[in-house]
Amino acid sequence: MRIIPTRAWAATALFTAFAILPFLADALDDSYLVVIATRIIAYAIAALALDLILGYGGLVSFGHAAYLGIGAYSVAILSRAGITDLGLHLAAAIAGAAIFATITGAISLRTKGIYFIMITLAFAQMGYFFFVSLSAYGGDDGVTLAQRSTLFGQPVLESDRALYYTAFALLLGLYLLAVAITRSRFGRVLTGTRENPVRMRAIGFSPFRYQLTAFVISGCMAAVAGVMLANQTNYVSPAFMDWHRSGELVVMVVFGGVGNLLGAVAGATVALLLEEWLSILTEHWPLLFGVILVMVVLYSRDGLSGLFRRRT
Amino acid sequence: MSLLEVRNLRKAYGALKVTDDLDLTVEEGEIHAIIGPNGAGKSTLIAQLSGESLSDGGSVRFADAEMMGMAMHRRVRAGISRSFQITSILPGFTALENVATAVQARTGSSFRFFSPVDQENRLNDQALEALDRVGIADRAFFRAGSLSHGEKRQLELAIALATRPRLLLLDEPLAGTSGQEAERLVEVMHSLRGQVTLVLIEHDMAAVFSLADRVSVLVYGQIIATGPPDIIRADPKVRQAYLGEESAGAGDVAD
Amino acid sequence: MTNLFLLQLLNGMQFGILLFLIAAGLTLVFGIMDFVNLAHGVIYMVGAYLAVTFSQVTGSYGLGLLLTLPATLMVGLVLEILVFRKLYDRPHLDQVLATFGLVMIISEAVEMIWGSAPLSVEIPQFLSGSVPLIGPLRYPVFRLVVIGAGLLTALGLWLVITRTRIGMRLRAGAANRNMIAALGVDIRSLFTIIFAFGAMLAGFAGAMVAPILTVDPGMGESVLILAFVVIVIGGIGSVKGAFAAAILVGLVDTLGRSFGPILLRAIMDPSAASQAGRVLAPMLVYILMAIILALRPAGLFGAKS
Repeated sequence: MRIIPTRAWAATALFTAFAILPFLADALDDSYLVVIATRIIAYAIAALALDLILGYGGLVSFGHAAYLGIGAYSVAILSRAGITDLGLHLAAAIAGAAIFATITGAISLRTKGIYFIMITLAFAQMGYFFFVSLSAYGGDDGVTLAQRSTLFGQPVLESDRALYYTAFALLLGLYLLAVAITRSRFGRVLTGTRENPVRMRAIGFSPFRYQLTAFVISGCMAAVAGVMLANQTNYVSPAFMDWHRSGELVVMVVFGGVGNLLGAVAGATVALLLEEWLSILTEHWPLLFGVILVMVVLYSRDGLSGLFRRRT
Repeated sequence: MSLLEVRNLRKAYGALKVTDDLDLTVEEGEIHAIIGPNGAGKSTLIAQLSGESLSDGGSVRFADAEMMGMAMHRRVRAGISRSFQITSILPGFTALENVATAVQARTGSSFRFFSPVDQENRLNDQALEALDRVGIADRAFFRAGSLSHGEKRQLELAIALATRPRLLLLDEPLAGTSGQEAERLVEVMHSLRGQVTLVLIEHDMAAVFSLADRVSVLVYGQIIATGPPDIIRADPKVRQAYLGEESAGAGDVAD
Repeated sequence: MTNLFLLQLLNGMQFGILLFLIAAGLTLVFGIMDFVNLAHGVIYMVGAYLAVTFSQVTGSYGLGLLLTLPATLMVGLVLEILVFRKLYDRPHLDQVLATFGLVMIISEAVEMIWGSAPLSVEIPQFLSGSVPLIGPLRYPVFRLVVIGAGLLTALGLWLVITRTRIGMRLRAGAANRNMIAALGVDIRSLFTIIFAFGAMLAGFAGAMVAPILTVDPGMGESVLILAFVVIVIGGIGSVKGAFAAAILVGLVDTLGRSFGPILLRAIMDPSAASQAGRVLAPMLVYILMAIILALRPAGLFGAKS
């Protein structure tokens, strides 16, 4: 598990590209580019979070959109209460996600395989219905945010570029954090539980504690993505937690190569750009996206992950 | 006081009593072999002693503490370690990482998130030492999954040793190894005499009779005889119950 | 109050039976093939749409329903041969992704063919009335027919599974997948049959509810996830468990929605109670699932792990 130089180069290249993107947008006089890129970065954070448990822990969570929703509603609920500070929004999102992940994770992790996939999906759906029936916040229709989060009392994030760089800084920080975690003692135990849980028990580890901790960390990171997404759209609704969204997150992780944190960032970029491009071609883009997805899974020998692992 | 005292241990799958009021005593420092025909319940016994599977009743006292109902990972921390009949390693890790993970389990907290584990020299040094002891130090940086079958058996022994057990349960450690690898493993087990107490399940009778201080014979979930190898070999009861069946059932798959 | 309770009890039964028809196919596929099929919900939706179209074309709901059965059977067959068959020995992650792709394709295709506006189909004349239950209470005939048809299907399924050779193989397979091969069964064709049959059951459910629910592109999704809950509660692979859990989920969901706020009024003031009731009711089945799983991780009728 040594640092692979090519990986470091790829990371530098990708993050540099993100860093200079707003200038590129200026040069092209295309301000929409920054908006899309902010969305990509928010999803990249969520995909990164998911890859931590899916790629390293072998835990296929099909309900990670729940944390996007928790993050987004933290912004909506606090803003309504007159609290607009981004730091407090993030803190609330992380706390909320930690509570939800601890409870649902403790129950889900008692099961394995298919059960785990379905239960995480079901719990996310529970969150979805919770916010659908929360009429104070618009129910099904959601709420429009009066303003974006503030930074030190200043409305600096109202500028798209400032929002973009804030999201970028969070992505970079969380990426470095995730890399550190996967290389740490904790990361080794987590990866070991994916490799062979019985062996881990036989050397003295109880996989549950480590898997649950990873599940909570991952949920908290995904909630950060939700905060950024709410700010980007200025609008929060239960659709953030739709199970399709959870599926898209899994697609992003797999597009980039499972168990490859930089891949998750790249996967989110590829998936969203593909979506953008297909939606320009036809309003029925989900059909094309679905066909591409099915084809790639069917006709790459080890599934998508194999295809991309060979490439990286 | 003996290191391990098993009394009235029971386990049934439906109507089938796999472990039937079993008694077993293992003294500190000895190499204790358990032999018996296929289907006698040897692997089940190891699973019960290690905590991998739950027992229906009875008592397992280890170093004066009751182990019944204790989870496998806690028993490891109490000093009972094991190998598996079917090799169980972390295939995606290097050999060194496999053993280092075992060292990590007993040294310090694993809730450390920031410093890189592959730069912890204490873990790597001890892991390398264990690999060297079983004779595969030169394989340290190979992916465990890419090792030969015999090397995987050696690796598994190194992993078990790295947990620094007082009692080591070995489930057919020689199964599927070549002559040379088997020799090396027997040598390692010899070298453990007096340092680690060994409970050994093995079909290779030559190895059993050369290694064991005492032998217990397990038939249909019960120990029918325990004693030094020479006495056991001569015991007519054992010859009838075990050796007779062994030749008849030689074609069976291992249990 | 008792009248309302009886009414909601019947509604809950009817919802539960609907869930059972969907979950039965899913649980067999999960139990025997260890396969995650997210596309099962859209087949239910396709069944409803086909029933609407066939009813319009033939002018008879009964004929439409009858035509829907072989049609959804064919849908199942085609999907199995084109896609699912290639995924059996793949990791769950691949299965999830491929069937998720199918959900996108089929949902979008349905919208392209039938549009996104909700459709409906008339209840046939002779089933459109209502029958008296107790006192002034009446219940729509058609809903009783749905309950009856569902119960008959469950009974038929039970007979097939307990009394026939193929059923015996299914049970053996659900208990232990390696067993089917040992019994010398042609696994490929058995899998194909189960899949197609499961699709037909889902299509049947869709066709049955077409006259009482609105037929729209979102109808498959919420039901799919509730069917997951049913399977998880019942224990994967157990049709008996799926039946018990489906009725349980149907009742808890329906009764919780109507009586939750009433019960809550006993401990809090009315407006707070109705608000809390509205928020809690849709979550009830998930809370139920959490409790059952915490006590029995393999579900009510699942094999202990």
